[in-house]
Amino acid sequence: MTVLDSKIPDGPIADKWNNHKFSVNLVNPNNKRKFEVIVVGSGLAGASAAASLSELGYKVKVFTFHDSPRRAHSIAAQGGINGAKNYKNDGDSVHRLFYDTVKGGDYRSREANVHRLAQESVNIIDQAAAQGVPFAREYGGLLDNRSFGGAQVSRTFYARGQTGQQLLLGAYQALAKQVAAGAVELHTRTEMLDVVLKDGRACGIVTRNLVTGQVQSHSAHAVVLATGGYGNVYYLSTNAMACNVTAAWRAHKKGAFFANPCYTQIHPTCIPASDEFQSKLTLMSESLRNDGRIWVPDGFDDSRSPNEIPESERDYYLERKYPSFGNLVPRDVASRNAKTVVDQGKGVGPLKNGVFLDFKAAVERDGEDLVRSKYGNLFDMYERITGENPYKVPMRIYPATHYTMGGVWVDYNLMTSIPGCYAIGEANFSDHGANRLGASALMQGLADGYFVLPYTIGDDLAGRLGDAPISTNDPVFTQAEAEVQGQTDRFLSIGGTRSVDWFHRELGHLVWDYIGMERTKEGLEKALSEIPALEEEFWKNVCIPGSGANLNSSLEKAGRVADFFGLAKLMAKDALDREESCGGHFRSEHQTEDGEAQRDDENFAHVAAWEWNGPDSIQTRHKEELTFDNVALTQRSYK
Amino acid sequence: MSKELDLKLKIWRQEGPNVDGKFETYEANGISEDMSFLEMLDVINDNLITTGEVPIEFDHDCREGICGTCSLMINGQAHGHEKATTTCQLHMRKFDDGDTITVEPFRARAFPVVKDLVVDRSAFDRIIEAGGYISVNTGAASDANLTPVPKEASDTSFDAAACIGCGACVAACPNSAAQLFTSAKLGHLNLIPQGQAQRFARTETMVETMESFFGSCTNHGECHEACPKEISLDFIAFMNRDYVKAKVKNRKLAGQK
Repeated sequence: MTVLDSKIPDGPIADKWNNHKFSVNLVNPNNKRKFEVIVVGSGLAGASAAASLSELGYKVKVFTFHDSPRRAHSIAAQGGINGAKNYKNDGDSVHRLFYDTVKGGDYRSREANVHRLAQESVNIIDQAAAQGVPFAREYGGLLDNRSFGGAQVSRTFYARGQTGQQLLLGAYQALAKQVAAGAVELHTRTEMLDVVLKDGRACGIVTRNLVTGQVQSHSAHAVVLATGGYGNVYYLSTNAMACNVTAAWRAHKKGAFFANPCYTQIHPTCIPASDEFQSKLTLMSESLRNDGRIWVPDGFDDSRSPNEIPESERDYYLERKYPSFGNLVPRDVASRNAKTVVDQGKGVGPLKNGVFLDFKAAVERDGEDLVRSKYGNLFDMYERITGENPYKVPMRIYPATHYTMGGVWVDYNLMTSIPGCYAIGEANFSDHGANRLGASALMQGLADGYFVLPYTIGDDLAGRLGDAPISTNDPVFTQAEAEVQGQTDRFLSIGGTRSVDWFHRELGHLVWDYIGMERTKEGLEKALSEIPALEEEFWKNVCIPGSGANLNSSLEKAGRVADFFGLAKLMAKDALDREESCGGHFRSEHQTEDGEAQRDDENFAHVAAWEWNGPDSIQTRHKEELTFDNVALTQRSYK
Repeated sequence: MSKELDLKLKIWRQEGPNVDGKFETYEANGISEDMSFLEMLDVINDNLITTGEVPIEFDHDCREGICGTCSLMINGQAHGHEKATTTCQLHMRKFDDGDTITVEPFRARAFPVVKDLVVDRSAFDRIIEAGGYISVNTGAASDANLTPVPKEASDTSFDAAACIGCGACVAACPNSAAQLFTSAKLGHLNLIPQGQAQRFARTETMVETMESFFGSCTNHGECHEACPKEISLDFIAFMNRDYVKAKVKNRKLAGQK
């Protein structure tokens, strides 16, 4: 028995979204102003949703812990955004993007959601171009495209290596327009610390002002979580330092099911760590794989400089193993192969923890100027960080955690299992299955924010006309405020000897070692015994100097790390129960003879959605069965 | 092994916006040259925390030079001495063993100190809200390729749009002027066809909002020198020209004012 109703509309796949848009309840334009919506997070999903909802007439409040909405981590996405425009006349279509995304997700996503995403992809490009997003253009003034991350058509729109920045600024500016019009109330440096429920429905949130420490309640008819992914559970990741799971996790503890937490994506092209104080890993856009060739020396512990290693002693292992896709195999395949060669002792660089990404052939073929025009800023960034010039010496890269496909469970309307509470963008689980294709994160964040939620949120709100928001003096709010304040006081009173960062680093090691690129039953069981021990130590021995009445980043981080502990345990549990390999979840016990992921469609073609049962018992695993009527289940092959 | 540095740091500590601040001296020993400047501060903070002292607050987030959150005047220069580099991308190999490094917040009246090295840059948001957008409601856009944008215009517009809103331009300016930031947004939007409908209205309101917070430009060019994205001074000239035009074009009742 499942308690999950995904609310997928009936009808042929290509008609579901249109039919649904016609059948959902509408809120009359004059009534929209009677509804208040809280949006938490101001990245692509949050900013686009907040702007769009307020344009429709809803009263919107936006909360971000940053000093400005423009800082959200969407800004760091480099490569591009997919759109099934078929401007290149190379056979792309909505159906092909849909098909590629379902296949790329290793058949663990909902067909209906993915098709809707592909349909809306074309509208995002139009919207962004109209906002002035400076996409790359051809000399005729029309938009340029490139092939990206495993796609065999050129459907990726891009803005140099700064596509995320430019799309976010577009959404931020749309939001700024609404703030200026008085239609959006913006709260910066304000962190959401709880979702508040009244009679089983979300009725608001509790926040802490990071500058003054003030804990405050905000009520609304709907709460939208656009709070991103949880990649920082690994401590070292390509995420920004402040990215966290807290909003999603606290919603989970209030009844929102958490889906597929073990689906995490390891990005193949990041700069390897240089020392133990490394605070984050920097991603080099996957677009580099279009022109760069990945290789390692044939021999073990080869310490010659790469330019001295002759062609005959190099192993271009992706081109060798996957002749058809070569260096453009999907992320999970590229990452795991890098791990394999490094584990074999063929790693390069001072710590032997990388593989080469070589642009020599591209520079010879196209000239340094053309290479610079495509990747100049990435090459400059690489040189600043490593002190090496990639025009002359191959880059060194290694996989790092980059994106999390798992997240808060949502139905087709993007509503979580808490009525009135929604999750959009990376925070939800819905569209990427077990692996996300390149240039699809920006697409999903903006599809949810611009074109999905603004339609679907009305379906629930329409029935609530006349309901006033719950007063923030209601006991449900005062009690939640007391709990938030209580946690702050508890942190400040521990007075231990270790910093929050120390615990975060230790947790990250455990999660990377046991729930990283390759998982085993034994390792996951170890994770389930070692993580709680570290967590116990955290609550006894963390040291948070200072007060709760002004800016205190240790205090902020403590709350986030406390939630990462809970999440890490659930990730291990989820990974342990999913006795198959799929996409980013690779269980060593389940692989084909040539080392590829072996799915078990009979037993695991479902979403695992976990229900919170209180702090002292483990979550309950619910299943949402996935059906594939339009894409045949096959073993992915990129050979 | 990479080189290690022993450093002395003079760091600005200030409890809050309305209290006096002062420099405190810290030692940072055995710092790897591969660390970023912020990782070096992390090490100092970790030592402070484990001895029960209050760590130094500083703004930072993406640590890859794109979010614009990090700041800092390092030895009197915004984001330090390396050209076209944010503080998070400044690496310790650019310093020498035994150096004394002075670290202060970005200083400008429009950027009040929040705590220690953290300042409030929300005046930039007010400038964007004053017109730094193209008014196109979601869903109203036509097919993207119906509006060709000459590649040259698009490229130049992008050069301006690369601004990360960090505020180094203001911090570097002897007048604390925000002309480079404001003109970068105007250069982005005013150069392309999509931005024409609001071009002159936008220019007038953004410039006047800027002037209500920030000092005046006297063409020192320090802003460009400090800019981690190397935004060109040409955009300031472009903004000034558009502002003069706007003063004529925006007069709805010409001759009656």
